Amino acid sequence: MAIEQHTIRVLIAKPGLDGHDRGAKVVARALRDAGMEVIYTGIRQTPEMIAEAALQEDVQVVGLSILSGAHLEIFPRVIAELRKRGVDDVMLFCGGIIPEGDIPPIKAMGFAGVFGPGTDTNDIISFVREHAPERM
Amino acid sequence: MLASDLAEGVLAGNRRALARAISHIEADTATGRDLLAALYPRTGRAQTVGVTGSAGAGKSTLVGALAREERKRGRTVGIVAVDPSSPFSHGAILGDRIRMQALTADGGVFMRSMASRGNLGGLAEMASGVVDVMDAAGFDVVLLETVGAGQDEVEVATAAQTTVLVANPGGGDDVQSMKAGLMEIAQIMVVNKADLAGADTAVMQLRGLLAIAPLRAWTPPILKAVAKTGEGIAELADAIDRHHEHSRTSPHAAEERRAHAHAQIVSLARSALYREALQTAEAEGVLQSLVDDVAVRQRDPRAAATTLLDVMRIRWQARA
Repeated sequence: MAIEQHTIRVLIAKPGLDGHDRGAKVVARALRDAGMEVIYTGIRQTPEMIAEAALQEDVQVVGLSILSGAHLEIFPRVIAELRKRGVDDVMLFCGGIIPEGDIPPIKAMGFAGVFGPGTDTNDIISFVREHAPERM
Repeated sequence: MLASDLAEGVLAGNRRALARAISHIEADTATGRDLLAALYPRTGRAQTVGVTGSAGAGKSTLVGALAREERKRGRTVGIVAVDPSSPFSHGAILGDRIRMQALTADGGVFMRSMASRGNLGGLAEMASGVVDVMDAAGFDVVLLETVGAGQDEVEVATAAQTTVLVANPGGGDDVQSMKAGLMEIAQIMVVNKADLAGADTAVMQLRGLLAIAPLRAWTPPILKAVAKTGEGIAELADAIDRHHEHSRTSPHAAEERRAHAHAQIVSLARSALYREALQTAEAEGVLQSLVDDVAVRQRDPRAAATTLLDVMRIRWQARA
């Protein structure tokens, strides 16, 4: 088996209190099938837990899934926790129930991509491939 | 970042440096090889524990519970958890953190997930290297969890000092099937999910298998645990401590270290050789033409493999 030397590592996390993780799991599975290594941490993650996992796992990409509507509250806290730990070279993207009007502020926070319901997973795969920062 | 800076960061307890160092070692970069060379003399202090057993036996939950117990005892804990890569896409879902969530916020714990990346034996190729870096980083205990292992996935025994085999009640046939490989490398056996019916039977079966094993200086204790509630985990930590002490004082300690070193060198050389061989074969199109022949049954696979080796030998001689 030919082994890719620089496999893309992605953290898929669900911040906040909603327990609907179907979307996160579909995305995790799609990225796996595209040859990436996906660390899935389960539901109800605090911003601290997400940032700490991103640090320990040294991922290039962090994808957040949220359906509770608290994204404008929680996302800045995740970013603050990442910064606090010096994790400044990850690509962030998110998905879930996110109103159109919230997308510009989310992108302004530093998220490279926002994917709503009905997104083709192939679009997410190409997006991640294109935007994942080089590690080594 | 330079290997020397990273090594300094690792030794100073910088978690970000540790995370990046592990990435280099896992990808087997030049920096990663320099790092291991620099850090290896600083290893050998940590208590290293491999945890293996079949899929669904409760390894992750047990590792999580054990880590909490060690933290209660004031020790810092590094965790390396290996999950399988897909043989088709080479991708992987690494889900061991799900069962260790409570540990994520603990600054005395550092956990890293690894994909097996096609390595056989139940571990990732560089898993023992990652254990070494955590050892050098100063963690008191390093726990290494294998993929769900069957019979002869015994590589964990050479990557950790103490190997814990996790079994379950009602796994009678399972236990039988383990006698050829995993049974022989375990220094501690745990019947996890011992709140289920059949736990005592499982303990008796394991004891029966051990009774017919050749006598050794260390007799593996057989424990019962319910990792989910933490029952029996303190006893497990005690048993690990006892084995640690035994390994340090045993008259066979030096011999065992040599056996581990031998197995590690051979295993890493085998992986490197395999990778290099495949790269050569693919680059030159040799493999492709052999595949064409074998697929239409003009040549048998064994003869094709021999031809492949001959081609490689010629290449290597030319290089030398």
